[in-house]
Amino acid sequence: MVGAMLAGIGRPVLAACESVGRLALFAAEAVSHMVRPPFHARQFWRHFVEVAYFSLPVVALTALFTGMVLALQSYTGFARFNAQSAVASVVVLSVVRELGPVLAGLMVAGRIGAAMAAELGTMRVTDQIDALTTLSTDPMKYLVAPRILATTLALPLLVVVADILGVMGGYVIGTMKLGFVSAAYLDSTWDVLEAMDVISGLIKAAVFGFVIGLMGCWYGFHSKGGAQGVGLATTSAVVVASILILMLDYVVTEAFFSP
Amino acid sequence: MSALGVSLKGVRKSFGAKRVLDGVDIEVAPNSSLVILGGSGSGKSVTIKCILGLIQPDEGVIEVGGQDVTRLSRRDRLALMDRMGMLFQQGALFDSLPVWENVCFKLLAQKRITRAAARDRAAEVLAQVGLAASVGDLSPSELSGGMQKRVALARAVAARPDLIFFDEPTTGLDPIMGAVIDGLIVDCVQRLGATAISITHDMASARRIGQQAAMIHHGKIVWTGAAAELGNTGNAMVDQFARGEREGPIQMELRK
Repeated sequence: MVGAMLAGIGRPVLAACESVGRLALFAAEAVSHMVRPPFHARQFWRHFVEVAYFSLPVVALTALFTGMVLALQSYTGFARFNAQSAVASVVVLSVVRELGPVLAGLMVAGRIGAAMAAELGTMRVTDQIDALTTLSTDPMKYLVAPRILATTLALPLLVVVADILGVMGGYVIGTMKLGFVSAAYLDSTWDVLEAMDVISGLIKAAVFGFVIGLMGCWYGFHSKGGAQGVGLATTSAVVVASILILMLDYVVTEAFFSP
Repeated sequence: MSALGVSLKGVRKSFGAKRVLDGVDIEVAPNSSLVILGGSGSGKSVTIKCILGLIQPDEGVIEVGGQDVTRLSRRDRLALMDRMGMLFQQGALFDSLPVWENVCFKLLAQKRITRAAARDRAAEVLAQVGLAASVGDLSPSELSGGMQKRVALARAVAARPDLIFFDEPTTGLDPIMGAVIDGLIVDCVQRLGATAISITHDMASARRIGQQAAMIHHGKIVWTGAAAELGNTGNAMVDQFARGEREGPIQMELRK
């Protein structure tokens, strides 16, 4: 009875440890291919453009409206304590430190993580990945490494855009609706912003980008079972990447801003 | 480069509790053409995936050109793969690349050829499989099933391999297109002077493309002989399979 109960607990724990180990080896192999020639620059560029350029509209709109909402909510909330002057500071710190990287990460996870899992999953179930091997090409080097590198490098660029547009959204609402003087709002923004705020946000973005690429490739690469398997891989890639983004957000924040 | 011989001794492979290969022994001489026959799920595809190194067998020895592929490092296996070509059942063409890049993929990936020269080489190989050079600019999704098979064949032979595998080359094609593909396979293999291993359950195709034939049943080779004898081998199992008869030693069974 007790033995069966322990086995029931132990089996999933061991399975989880095995999965984490396999994922770590997969990530290490992908990274090793990023630094060892030959490099597939054409593949990298194709995915970099897909992530950095074609994700711009969704990230930009998300950041813009988040900045606008944040300004409005902060103003109405802070008005209860006569602290409306803190709106510009709250908007810029929230956007640059947290909301820019996290929201851009979640948007890209939904858009790119899903696409990567679906593309690689389809390649797996239609034998295209095996075909690569028979054409003397390592699938990890050709398919996985360029994708993960592309998301890792592209997400910080998207976050720069998200930061600018998020702050701009707050500025527009602050000056056009809430009655702030333009120069005073901008001064408050610049005064409170420090280099470490921006750097921590960009490091978060790179970490999130790595996670998005890794999850998209991991689930797509190990997809099986036809259309249903590809669908499951796509869903898993997005869900797991989103959860990891939120968890790692705390870890990186703790590393930079722990009191 | 010369044609590669292939030797399998006691190859076993299980997936979970299901034993797919149960001691497969096959000898393929250099420059010969072997067809492996068998029903669906009999282990044909797993056999060639083991030879290619795409699946690691549980037991046994697989030698290609005298090298045991089960013991090769990944790098050495990829190097050996340079001398092999493979036509997949569904073509397995890369959707994201145009036809000409598919055909010359191996040459381009290894930088053995410039992109301009690859276009010319692709046109040359496409012509050998009866396709116009203009097809090279199309996407694989724009091609019919027969054209996709021809492109996949062109890709398999473009790098002039010494050993070629054909996985169900005529499945899903009408009889005329099937005969055309078989003819192209025979032409390509003869032109290259390569060794060929094909798997099929299409008897007409087996007689056209194979010199030797082997039948696999329940993960074991149950017969080997000349492909021309198929249907009159004296082996009840092979003759039933070759004639497509319902009655005989092979019975439909519940699949587990």
